[in-house]
Amino acid sequence: MRLAYFIPLALFLFFAGLAGYQLTQPKEQNVRSQMIEQPLPDFTLEPALEGMPGVSRADFVDGQPRLLNIWASWCLPCIAEAPHLERLREEGVEIIGIAVRDRPEAVADFLNRYGNPYSRIGSDDISELMLEIGASGVPETYVIDAAGNIRYQHIGDIRAETVPLLLEKLEEVR
Amino acid sequence: MIAELGLAALWLSAALSVLMMISGAMGLRDAASPHALYARPAAVVQAFLAVLAFFLLLYAFAVTDLSIKLVATNSHSAKPFIYKLTGTWGNHEGSMLLWVAVLALSGGLLGGLERRLPEKTMSATLMVQGFVALGFYAFMLLSSNPFERLPVPALEGGGLNPLLQDIGLAIHPPTLYVGYVGLSVAFSLAMGALITRQVTPDFAKVMRPWVLGAWVFLTFGITAGSYWAYYELGWGGWWFWDPVENASLMPWLAATALLHSVTVLAARDALRTWTIMLGVLAFSMSMLGTFLVRSGVLTSVHAFAVDPERGSFILGLLGLYIGGALVIFAMRAGSISEGKRFTVTSREGALVFNNVMLSAILAIVLLGTLYPLLTEAFDVRVSVGPPYFNPAGAIFAIPMFIVMAVGPLLRWKDDKPARIQFELALLAAVAIAIVALVAILGDYSVLAVLGLALSVALGIGALLPLKGRNIRRVPTATWGMIAAHFGVAVSLFGMASESAFTSEKLAAMAPGDSEVVAGWNIQLESVDPVAGPNWTAIEARVLAARGDEDPTVLGPQSRNFWSPPQPTSESALVTRWDGQLYVVVGDSAGIDANGNERWQIRVWWKPFVTFIWYGGLLIAFGGILSIVGRLQVDLKRRSAKAQGKARRADVEALGSSDGDEPGTAAAPEPAE
Repeated sequence: MRLAYFIPLALFLFFAGLAGYQLTQPKEQNVRSQMIEQPLPDFTLEPALEGMPGVSRADFVDGQPRLLNIWASWCLPCIAEAPHLERLREEGVEIIGIAVRDRPEAVADFLNRYGNPYSRIGSDDISELMLEIGASGVPETYVIDAAGNIRYQHIGDIRAETVPLLLEKLEEVR
Repeated sequence: MIAELGLAALWLSAALSVLMMISGAMGLRDAASPHALYARPAAVVQAFLAVLAFFLLLYAFAVTDLSIKLVATNSHSAKPFIYKLTGTWGNHEGSMLLWVAVLALSGGLLGGLERRLPEKTMSATLMVQGFVALGFYAFMLLSSNPFERLPVPALEGGGLNPLLQDIGLAIHPPTLYVGYVGLSVAFSLAMGALITRQVTPDFAKVMRPWVLGAWVFLTFGITAGSYWAYYELGWGGWWFWDPVENASLMPWLAATALLHSVTVLAARDALRTWTIMLGVLAFSMSMLGTFLVRSGVLTSVHAFAVDPERGSFILGLLGLYIGGALVIFAMRAGSISEGKRFTVTSREGALVFNNVMLSAILAIVLLGTLYPLLTEAFDVRVSVGPPYFNPAGAIFAIPMFIVMAVGPLLRWKDDKPARIQFELALLAAVAIAIVALVAILGDYSVLAVLGLALSVALGIGALLPLKGRNIRRVPTATWGMIAAHFGVAVSLFGMASESAFTSEKLAAMAPGDSEVVAGWNIQLESVDPVAGPNWTAIEARVLAARGDEDPTVLGPQSRNFWSPPQPTSESALVTRWDGQLYVVVGDSAGIDANGNERWQIRVWWKPFVTFIWYGGLLIAFGGILSIVGRLQVDLKRRSAKAQGKARRADVEALGSSDGDEPGTAAAPEPAE
């Protein structure tokens, strides 16, 4: 038995140990936006629905904090979060929606079915705003402070337990 | 019914793999044991059942049986038929079933066809093959059952990732899997020979066609995958050093080293332990790749749905098979003597040098691929890319290419460099002349210039073994080597040319505008919406003309699939003998001064880029020639032996002693 013949085995055991350790570690799958604590970029989006106003940066800088919700009619988790957005609206929060890669008739259908918590909905046909604020998926919700700065990012659908958290964050940045 | 039949076939195959293992073990203990006879038929029937299970799943996808969970989550009734079929392996469970079916098929072919090994070694080999198969059956049946039913059939399926809805999915994964898993035969043979201490030239001759066969498929699969990524992803790149690409490259590097070292073992009875090590390593790299892709420990564009439980299961299998093989290697390798000696300046010397270089490149790729895993243990996220892989790989690739050009000119055992000084001088002069020429012409990266020079020198070097030989009498296997080496030169030329001379332009164009890229006149004629079976798209009509020729009409598309919703970019290509024009249409870029809508149009001219894949095909073709040549020689030798035996028997039967010399007209091993 030569010691050299054990080198491959030793290397493999090292790898197996490392891989085993990594498998037991929880993995952060979400991509955090690099735009947190930065002002909203300048943008103007056409309305996603006839009869509702579109969205631009100017709508965020009037001294009141808001939620910016990125969603789409084709997104299943967005259906799950609809009732919780409705609750936030009942608490007096203004929610501005951005419909990503959507069509007006699909948007109207979705809102008829699951409710419309939005004060305005912009249409982001080519994920332009999504990229600029660093969103990596749909849905995502951002807390925007009174001066139009991005202060908090929630990735994924809003659940019952997220509602108080978002209310608290909105209060913090007031 | 279909799903239940498929599941039953899988369970039966698993049971047969147990029989194969036990019967193999019996044969290993006592070659005359009557129980040893079951191993071969078990391997064959097992292969039949596993392949049947795969075809049953294929059928379920073909008819979109939405009561099967896998079909419901990955297919859609409105999908074109061909993508329904290929969707079978566009997901974790289905591709795992393909993997296992190929594993079983390899074992079946081995058990059914291989008659040249000593019985004990064969028993040990089938035992190992059955043992490996058993683990992967267990993985399928316990954690990734492709035939699972839904309690209530779905109304409609979830659809297939649009990037996979391409003919590339029909070719790339199956060929790659045949290559990956075909290497299991080399693994089992290496273990069988190690356990029975039968690492001989005869063993190497048995192993060689199996290695070559897997290697041909692997080469073809990687080539096809590279071209698919190139035209489908719309980035104009052909290799991204993505962890999963690396996972396919690593077994290829190990298999390439293996098929050269097995040649040395066959021809010269040297490199015994090294060949065994590579045999173990090649399939270990295949299994490692499977683990990396399916466990989610690394992030990659190829990743399947991530599931740590599956990851732990495969890691367990890896520990069992790779760990076990390496333990046996460590215990036994000392008892196999290293074999015959040779000098540095000999054919073997060159082959050993390049074996070491290939292994070093393999280590570089392995380290780069696993490095993020290591740093993440310390909570640092890194991504390792071309800035590491290209120069680090080149350190070993450059000497390898030089030796590769010269090695085939050397004689076995011992040679004097002075004998081939003309060839050496010729190759050196060509390489230096090209470096000087390109350096004068422009400012290019060092690696690209060296790549160009080496590719031409290597191309000439690959043909030099033909010098002074009667072309018609060159053995087929030698033609195989020449084709494969020339293919490497062709591919390298394409890579170097693409990275040195590519011209790129990104322009915002309104219909009617034109641009010039590398002598091509590009005119945007119109941009219109179009619709396909399960997508809608913006299609640009682009006229491309070089010089005064008639323009070619191109239709690059920016597609939006609706199930699942995802945008993809369909590039449009013009292929010429000296390169490819690659056009992609992007998003709208606003309205210009005249009120026309402008579009982002990206155009590349990539000189000789197609040579990359022509080279890959040529390498695979060389492998096929080699197999044919080896089998020819083998069959000839066997029939000569049989004739000799028959004649000897006749002579003995006649009782005469003045008959012909017993026929020993065995064809000599062609020494290339």
